[in-house]
Amino acid sequence: MSAPLLVAEGLHRSFGETVALVDAALRIDEGEVVAVLGSSGSGKSTLLHCLAGIVRPDRGRVVFDGRDLVTMSDAQRSALRREQFGFVFQFGQLVPELTCLENVALPLRLARVPRREAEQRAGQWLERLEVTEVADKRPGEVSGGQGQRVAVARALVTRPRVIFADEPTGALDSLNGERVMRLLTEAARDSGAAVVLVTHEARVAAYSDREVVVRDGRTRNLEVAA
Amino acid sequence: MSIGQTFLGLLEATPRHGYDIKRRYDEHFGHSRPVAYGQVYATLSRLLRGGLVEVEAVEPGEGPDRKRYAITEAGVADVAQWLARPEQPEPYLQSVLYTKVVLALLTGREAAELLDVQRAEHLRLMRELTRRKRGGDLAEQLICDHALFHLEADLRWLELTTARLDELAARVRA
Amino acid sequence: MTGRGALADLAMGARMAVTGGREGWTRALLTAVGVGIGVAMLLLATAVPGALDARQARGDARDDLRLGEQVAAGPGTLLVHPVDNEFRGTPVRGRLLRPEGPAAPVPPGLTALPAPGEVVVSPALRRLLDSPDGPLFAPRLGGARVTGTIADEGLAGPNELAYYQGDDRLTDTSGATRLDSFGGGLPGEGLGPVLMLLVAVIFVVLLLPIAVFLGSAVRYGGERRDRRLAALRLVGADTTMVRRIAAGEAAAGALLGVAVGIGFLLAGRQLVPLVTLYDISVYASDIRPPTALLLAVVLAVPALAVLVAMLALRAVVVEPLGVTRRGTPVRRRLWWRLLLPAAGLALLLPVAGLREGDGGVTRWLVPAGAVLLLIGTVTVLPWLTDLLVRRLRGGPVSWQLAVRRVQLDSATSARLVNGIAVAVAGTIGLQMLFAGIAGDFTTASGQDTSRAQVQVQFRDQPDLAGVLRQFGGADGVTAVTGTLSAGANAGSPDGPPVDVRVGDCAALAEFAHLDRCVDGDTFLVSDPRDPAVVPAGTMLTVEDGSRWRVPTTARPAQARPDPAGWMQNAVLVTPGAVGPRVLGPLRTTVYLQLDPADPDAVEHVRNAAAAIDLTTPVSVLSSTIESPRFADIRRGLAIGTVVTLLLIATSMLVGTLEQLRERRRLLAMLVAVGTRRSTLGWSVLWQTALPVGVGLVLAAGFGLGLGAALLRMVQAPITVAWPVVAFSVGLGALTVLAITGLSLPLLWRLTRADGLRTE
Repeated sequence: MSAPLLVAEGLHRSFGETVALVDAALRIDEGEVVAVLGSSGSGKSTLLHCLAGIVRPDRGRVVFDGRDLVTMSDAQRSALRREQFGFVFQFGQLVPELTCLENVALPLRLARVPRREAEQRAGQWLERLEVTEVADKRPGEVSGGQGQRVAVARALVTRPRVIFADEPTGALDSLNGERVMRLLTEAARDSGAAVVLVTHEARVAAYSDREVVVRDGRTRNLEVAA
Repeated sequence: MSIGQTFLGLLEATPRHGYDIKRRYDEHFGHSRPVAYGQVYATLSRLLRGGLVEVEAVEPGEGPDRKRYAITEAGVADVAQWLARPEQPEPYLQSVLYTKVVLALLTGREAAELLDVQRAEHLRLMRELTRRKRGGDLAEQLICDHALFHLEADLRWLELTTARLDELAARVRA
Repeated sequence: MTGRGALADLAMGARMAVTGGREGWTRALLTAVGVGIGVAMLLLATAVPGALDARQARGDARDDLRLGEQVAAGPGTLLVHPVDNEFRGTPVRGRLLRPEGPAAPVPPGLTALPAPGEVVVSPALRRLLDSPDGPLFAPRLGGARVTGTIADEGLAGPNELAYYQGDDRLTDTSGATRLDSFGGGLPGEGLGPVLMLLVAVIFVVLLLPIAVFLGSAVRYGGERRDRRLAALRLVGADTTMVRRIAAGEAAAGALLGVAVGIGFLLAGRQLVPLVTLYDISVYASDIRPPTALLLAVVLAVPALAVLVAMLALRAVVVEPLGVTRRGTPVRRRLWWRLLLPAAGLALLLPVAGLREGDGGVTRWLVPAGAVLLLIGTVTVLPWLTDLLVRRLRGGPVSWQLAVRRVQLDSATSARLVNGIAVAVAGTIGLQMLFAGIAGDFTTASGQDTSRAQVQVQFRDQPDLAGVLRQFGGADGVTAVTGTLSAGANAGSPDGPPVDVRVGDCAALAEFAHLDRCVDGDTFLVSDPRDPAVVPAGTMLTVEDGSRWRVPTTARPAQARPDPAGWMQNAVLVTPGAVGPRVLGPLRTTVYLQLDPADPDAVEHVRNAAAAIDLTTPVSVLSSTIESPRFADIRRGLAIGTVVTLLLIATSMLVGTLEQLRERRRLLAMLVAVGTRRSTLGWSVLWQTALPVGVGLVLAAGFGLGLGAALLRMVQAPITVAWPVVAFSVGLGALTVLAITGLSLPLLWRLTRADGLRTE
């Protein structure tokens, strides 16, 4: 078995009085889809933020590709997020002033890809996610499902190695939610990206290869022989 | 599922041979479990006895497939009546899982463990159904969704029970 | 809907203006302070004419100038002799008084006339006398004892230096005026057309931005308010109710602001007496906005607030589930926006010359034109912003974010920048005018300060040697020359006039180029512009009728302007040539050179002059005459502009901070996906700089146009005051930097990763 892509061990994190994570652990292999399940307030979003280097845990380590995110500088973690990770959130992630195409091109532009090339690649991803028609519209003018597909396109456009999706279908109805999940997991699989999928919905989690349950800040990693 | 009414429904459009009925049935409703020939002819002869179908034509030759069946007026009425009658919703009041949980609590075993294992098992099945759904046509997708929603309901119950285990334990042991 | 329901809606809105936790309070406070500052400035502006009127009225009441009319001496008359001078650049109003009977009038502010040897002083002068600088002024009171203080009603302002001194040596032949009452002289002059223009334009330049500022201050927290209105719709309020609630909220916030503003004014006017501008100081009680205007402001500001709130609501649709902007912004039409500035120019251009005495229509055309032109910047700016920004594409991410933001809502940015544009345009125009007029007024006076810095002239003082001794002993005097002079006519009393001047060779050399000179010489000097040489041996008739023959040895000499810049036909006589004779009533002219290192030298000279004769004027020579009041107005305008820009910058800062807070989730998300914070910081900078830049360009254009029009009007040469443009543009740039710099801490805080934890 090859070395895991992302490993977290002994993560502790509290926000003031609130304890969000207690000794949480997780490993993700190259290209696999892992669901992080838990009720609201269980600490699953915090776990995702720690894994993605957005939040620094109070204790513990997060190793991506042999490097510990916890000891990295802010700039290094920003660069890592820009280049190796992609993100899909529940809502409010698209910049309202930019067109959908520009939103998708944004991570590339942040990585200093020239505008023309960035927008061309962004266009291909919009096509891959079946939302070509919204390219020139602003996020306020598209439906929730289209917006989420644009967000998925944006998460994938840099060909990241891990995609972090936090309740990506939370604001969608089942039909649109299923479509987003299908496109997200297929596109991730095609480009070889691993997916960390935070959700409280079992049907969304069912798109994963395996699940991790977070309860009261602790992870329960039940490996059931398939 | 009432196989008799399903056959009647298939015959209402046009008279069919037995093997045709089986093929149609398998195509729409059989999925992972095709109906056996024996079952087909047993059902047809039951319907024939009840006057709901009649043999419209018998072709010359050997074998059971020489008869072509057609629906009678009584049969049409029966199908209409069946479709119009709402199905009794499943009350799900008898739950093996609930029994298991209570027993685990009573005997001092790890009930949470039991629930987690069950959850993993449910998810495994859901994952499999999701995979099938992906490859399948619309019918396949709808069937799988039906199952997935039920499994999801179970999972919610598991989640809720897990959250209230302590409360339940206190009550059970009181 | 009943009236009672409408009232209930308004009241609910009013409650919402001040409730809502810490954030609600902060917002209410911000609005109140913002509106308060604006209101205070508006009220102050409306109070200025009244304050100046009050000052003028006090001036008129104590007026003692009498032109032509003669009053016979009697028990009710008083002799007054003005002894105005200066102390360290501040004018001092002095009067010598001598009652001619028991019923002599008493000037306002005094309870009784000072007896000879007594003096009544203004509070400011008393403070001066009591200060360590007192001895530098005291000699000018001739040793009189201070016996009282002039009350407020006898003074133009609290900082005026003034005194009334009793003097029993005054006679009506020594230059004193006989009065039977104070006041009742000619009424004070109104403002000339040029000053009218200045005042009108200054008001517009300073008040328009305040109006703009008020407009944005009443909208602080607008987006949050919209969301709250959406929540109200959800629980069943209809659009009319929402409108009324919003109106109530806006009006309540504005009323609070008006109250704060009146508080600011009351507190601020206590500081007014501490300030002396353009030698004018006013009493706190003079700052009294006219009731009608006060009422107008109190009503207009909440009305404006409600209007702004309604306009803002018109642009959005408040629905139960949120607020959506109404459609895509309409393409701005140009023609009506150009109407105002075009009308302004049309009014200004025909007026190619404006002089004192122009009355009627012309007088109003100019301010009206200037106002229209300035308001024109407000109407053209949104269009121009839109035009310039719409085409922008490309650039780095920070630029793209900023440009798109401005493109999406160029109206809001333009609204904020409007104030800056008006202020800067007006400032440039006015400063150009001032620079032009100052050039007009800063003319060579012809006075030669390298030869003498002070000139003192005595009316009747034949003891030249004593005078020279007195001045020569004064501190800071390095050289002194003096001549005695009398007017004369060649031949008969009706003959051509000629000046007879007696002095030593050094003193005479100030009036002519003398090749050689010994005591006993006489020189015949003619003004080359009006040569009328008196031949040697001519008999002169001096003023008092005595006659003197010009010696036959008199030689012609080339005239030279004296240090005061005058050239005259004259007979210059050394004392030896005239002998011990006295040539009529002689005036003494003394020229002094002062130690440039001793700024108080001139004060010592004034004291020395007062020691000889209290009524002697002392003139300070200057090679140029710069009108000091224009310097003051320019400085005042610059300060006003800076304050106005500060106000607007505050308002823009609040807007930026609010916008950042609204977008906290988005910002956190952008950082989560790896956006550098510097990128976001730059985007804030561009977002501010872009509209401000457009505004400044427009303002510079309009300002230069206005300046040129104004200069043409006063017939001054049109020169572009680049330093003023640079100053204004620099201020704008500084504003942008300040806003960005001050919003960075919040940006940093909002982009900390836990900004995502908002669910």
